Amino acid sequence: MDLSALAQALRRITVELRGAAGVVGSGVVWAPEWIVTNAHVVRHPRVALRLADGRQRDAVVAARDTTADLAALHVPDLDGAPPTMAGVEPLRVGSLIVALGHPFGVSGALTAGVVHAIGPITPNGRPWIQADLRLAPGNSGGPLADSRGHLLGLNTMIAGGLALAIPVSVVHWFMRGVAGHPA
Amino acid sequence: MDKLLALSDELAAAVERAGRAVVAVHGRPRVPSTGVHWHSGLIVTANHTVQAEDDVTVTRPDGVSTPATVVGRDSTLDVAVLRVDAAGIPVADAGDSDAVRVGHMVLAVGAGPRASWGVVSAIDAGPGRIPGTDFFTLDLTLYPGFSGGPLVDARGSVVGLNTSGASRYLQLAIPAKAVSRVVHDVVSHGRIPQGYLGVSTQPVRIPDALRERLGRARRAAVIVVDVEAGSPAAAGLLIGDVILSLEGEPVTDPFDLRALLRSRPIGQRVRASVVRAGQLVDVDLTIGERPPRGR
Repeated sequence: MDLSALAQALRRITVELRGAAGVVGSGVVWAPEWIVTNAHVVRHPRVALRLADGRQRDAVVAARDTTADLAALHVPDLDGAPPTMAGVEPLRVGSLIVALGHPFGVSGALTAGVVHAIGPITPNGRPWIQADLRLAPGNSGGPLADSRGHLLGLNTMIAGGLALAIPVSVVHWFMRGVAGHPA
Repeated sequence: MDKLLALSDELAAAVERAGRAVVAVHGRPRVPSTGVHWHSGLIVTANHTVQAEDDVTVTRPDGVSTPATVVGRDSTLDVAVLRVDAAGIPVADAGDSDAVRVGHMVLAVGAGPRASWGVVSAIDAGPGRIPGTDFFTLDLTLYPGFSGGPLVDARGSVVGLNTSGASRYLQLAIPAKAVSRVVHDVVSHGRIPQGYLGVSTQPVRIPDALRERLGRARRAAVIVVDVEAGSPAAAGLLIGDVILSLEGEPVTDPFDLRALLRSRPIGQRVRASVVRAGQLVDVDLTIGERPPRGR
């Protein structure tokens, strides 16, 4: 796979979340009818979204956990294949990673970088994937993937120039607890 | 094999390989910097990150802390050399920094290991304008604590030493060749001899009338504001002298003077072109060795 193929594959699982003022963030198609994103990008009970093929949908915020900074969105007529999750093999510092999202409202932008470090860091002493990658507002909730296009985590915040992503294992744990979501 | 995956694995392997020779250097409050085991028992790091002269420690890749002695500083290059018990830490594989080209993919490695990825964006004399030492300007992020760490090529060879202290705006790396020269000085002399005259100078503007009379085009020069007693400069220079050039090379600011001294051997006689009391005079000086820091 090359970078453009990687971008294409990730665009298919990435949605654009829209508010009154335009793009507010990104989301990842997690399962049929279900999208996961950051809690901080969805502050209302409903949110408008645009799929990769341009179709517009309305989503209901089915669950929102501000501590985990995760939210589950239910979209009844959403098909689409869920992403391939990265396996259990540990990440290696220096390996290539990519983020897809809508930084500053630019649709479907790919950003490349490397794994910065492994291990827990502040804020909150939680496990984060630390990425040497340039994120911007609009990337929040979008996918972080390895060079195979396998999902590693959800891009969530920028700290000291570093990109921090919630690992896929934490997203799994959150989505399993969402009522109505097929475990 | 998938090309992108192969590249990803190569980059990760490069970090692992370089990371084995990387230590954390505790020579300043708060954030430790990074150091590289460059030569058996000698760690190099960025001089600006070693603020202390005593009580410097390093944390080895296996997490064990060990005391370090500062054995040399080159403040112009921003390199400090520390002596440690480095048993069991491999020596870094220094690559050919002359082979580095603008656009080459590189990684900066910090103690941890931590990594940052980018390209060499320029190769030039940099802010220090040190003759014979072309700094690498980097298009990558040097995160807090990355100064003194290795700049690594895609093979995992160390081609430079990263520093964010040499310039306010640029992320730079000192080429491995220049670092090796400094380390060689420590190995052969036990210290880093630095050329020295013993003057403090400030930039000064030469009035147009004087420039015309001297037949000199340059407007900038330096004025001597202090002469250390017993120094090489005391043999010929006076406070208030305006230095125009050294061995025919123009001196337009104090940094020029340091850079010119650097490129010449200690003991060499040099001729300074000086304006004294409105007259152009030649002053012969012998480059001495900078005395150790009085701390």
